[in-house]
Amino acid sequence: MIKTWFEKFADNTTGQIIFFAAYVVLTTLGLFLLSDSVTAFLILLLSLLILYYLKLNIKIKWALGLLIIAVLVPFAASQGSSYQSFMDVGTLVLIYVAMSLGLNIVVGFAGLLDLGFIAFFAVGAYTYAIFGSTQANHFMPFGHYPLPGDTFWLFIPIGAIIAAIFGILLGIPVLRVKGDYLAIVTLGFGEIIRIVLNNMNKPINITNGPMGIPSIEPPRLFGIAIQNASQFYYIALVIFLFAIYIATRLEHSKLGRAWKAVRDNEIAAQAMGIPLVKTKLAAFAIGASFSGMMGSVFAAKQMYIDASSFTYLESTIVLVMVILGGMGSIPGVILGAAVVIILNNQVLTDISNTLTQLSASGVISVPDALSPAKMQRFIFGILLVVFALYRTKGLIPHKNRVFNVSKLKREAAAEKNKYKDDPEVEGSES
Amino acid sequence: MLQQIIQTLPQVLVDGLTLGFIYAVVAIGYTMVYGILELINFAHGDIFMTGSFVGAGMLFFLLSIGFMSSVPSLILFIIIILVAAIVTGVLGVGIERVAYRPLRRKNAPKLIALITSIGISFILEDAVRFIAELKTGNYILTAPPMFQHRFVLNVHSVFPFFNNATFQSSFLVVSIVTIIMLISLDIFVNRTKWGMAMRAVAQDRETASLMSINVNRVISVTFFIGSALGGATGVLFLIQYGTIDPYIGFILGIKAFTAAVLGGIGNIRGAMFGGILLGVLEMFAAANLSIITNNAMDSGYKDVFAFIILILVLIFKPEGLFGKAAVEKV
Repeated sequence: MIKTWFEKFADNTTGQIIFFAAYVVLTTLGLFLLSDSVTAFLILLLSLLILYYLKLNIKIKWALGLLIIAVLVPFAASQGSSYQSFMDVGTLVLIYVAMSLGLNIVVGFAGLLDLGFIAFFAVGAYTYAIFGSTQANHFMPFGHYPLPGDTFWLFIPIGAIIAAIFGILLGIPVLRVKGDYLAIVTLGFGEIIRIVLNNMNKPINITNGPMGIPSIEPPRLFGIAIQNASQFYYIALVIFLFAIYIATRLEHSKLGRAWKAVRDNEIAAQAMGIPLVKTKLAAFAIGASFSGMMGSVFAAKQMYIDASSFTYLESTIVLVMVILGGMGSIPGVILGAAVVIILNNQVLTDISNTLTQLSASGVISVPDALSPAKMQRFIFGILLVVFALYRTKGLIPHKNRVFNVSKLKREAAAEKNKYKDDPEVEGSES
Repeated sequence: MLQQIIQTLPQVLVDGLTLGFIYAVVAIGYTMVYGILELINFAHGDIFMTGSFVGAGMLFFLLSIGFMSSVPSLILFIIIILVAAIVTGVLGVGIERVAYRPLRRKNAPKLIALITSIGISFILEDAVRFIAELKTGNYILTAPPMFQHRFVLNVHSVFPFFNNATFQSSFLVVSIVTIIMLISLDIFVNRTKWGMAMRAVAQDRETASLMSINVNRVISVTFFIGSALGGATGVLFLIQYGTIDPYIGFILGIKAFTAAVLGGIGNIRGAMFGGILLGVLEMFAAANLSIITNNAMDSGYKDVFAFIILILVLIFKPEGLFGKAAVEKV
């Protein structure tokens, strides 16, 4: 009975809209009134997932989704004392979504397993950090540093470009190796970048070594310094939308199809005239530029960076996002990144805090070692194993675009007929 | 400058050999699994780490029941290393059963198996951290000293341009045990029936199974031996360096993999040689990097060398120093 009801509901657009509107209004109210409740926050965010599965026009979906992310969530969260921490998690989600979209291009589309992806994020972050703090004074022969916060906006594309250059630098030697060798070479590359950043405080002090770079200038927009998480949220949101736009446009473009061809069978792809080198380098460069952009945002948001934020663990976390969501599936990767970040930064910390309180009050005793906030690796490890074994395609599996074969045939036939009638065109075409 | 480097050479060699022996045995675990399954078993470094923790646990346990005072430390050491080897060997077989065999049955792409092994390595790291922290309150363990007697290798009197080298008796233990392990493994692989089966499976799994070889059992045995060797090396690491934490496995694992690649992956003797070479090179870099580059780089860069060697070998000579170049058939 439930099934038939569900099927009916799946066909009933009006019903869906009403249901969705009610859901959004209720959950917004819920978060608004129970201002500090994490559960309410999560339930409101769940509306985005529901929206994805509704049968609506794609444009309406986007408009509604934007309305929820850009207006309702910040508004409803703004009442409580944990507003900034909610927005902080939101910003992190957006940053990591853009990054995992970048990794998705490399791993999901082009099939090149990259285990050192965080290096590009580091490159982007250090690019802004060095020039946005007094650090650049140590080695730049001219100019006065820190550069004012207004230049931050320039550093988003600069970060992207420098990360892309690094992506190509990595790509050129790496193209000669394949499969798991490629994975281990990228891992080595990521570690090299981290170690070099961690040690470049002599002979010329470029990155300030293990001390990290403190007091990075906040970005400025029309003279207002952007310092709060709630303000960074909108910067990250804009780049996030840009990243989604680029990723979806690329997926079905000529380049995107070339990536997938290379992923599925390199030799066959080459035989069909796909330039392997160019295609793979483009994947590395574009994927890297996504995380380079977000790197500058990350540096500006944290106001302090050091090499310990860019370890192998972080690379793997981004990989977990892609695997969890579904390799090659853009909505999947977005969901994967959101789940991982919210789990890591909100849910686990919350459960740990609750457990600590409970043990303090003597209800149950949970040893500190078991505190879920420390169990990151364990949880991500299990996620990786379980998804690799039982659900290789991830939460939202990738779907190939469906073409209407009969329609294509008809079009092709029409095209042929047209040329038949007009022999001149045929001659010039061939 | 050159004189300074030459003077310290004996000490560098002693330290490098110690590290190199450890790399060599761990590298064998990688190379055996890769030879048979063409899989980089990322979890192997963490099996090594688990072995060192099992060893430390046994050591603490035996100390607490007052076992140590009644027997010589050599016997204690043999008991510990055997227990650690068996535990990690069984662990390795279990990991293969749970995480790799289902994928093999499904004929999943190789990258998926790689991802599973990363997951397993994370699970091991955290499980060990959790247990250690629960038992001792701190996940960084320091073992009570064993084999601490210091020797001075009097090189200076023979070759006056060298300084003397000092080493602990643990260096002797590490070298002797690794040499025993390496030789017995070599005999096992080249002289016994199981070793022959293993080589057959590595060459061609399907044909081997037609020759009435139980491929799955051979793979299990391979995992057992590789992991047991790794775990035993963990104990050696413990007595040589004293301090362990759950995260030593990752970087050491990558370096051991580098050693395996350097010697030609799939080639057991190559892995032994690659490990020793890498250990000596790394110690040399750690000791002399700041002298050579005039203080521009210090020993903080020593890990970079392993990675650079890894990348260079994979790109320019992927078959390694002793491997045969594989021809890819379309």
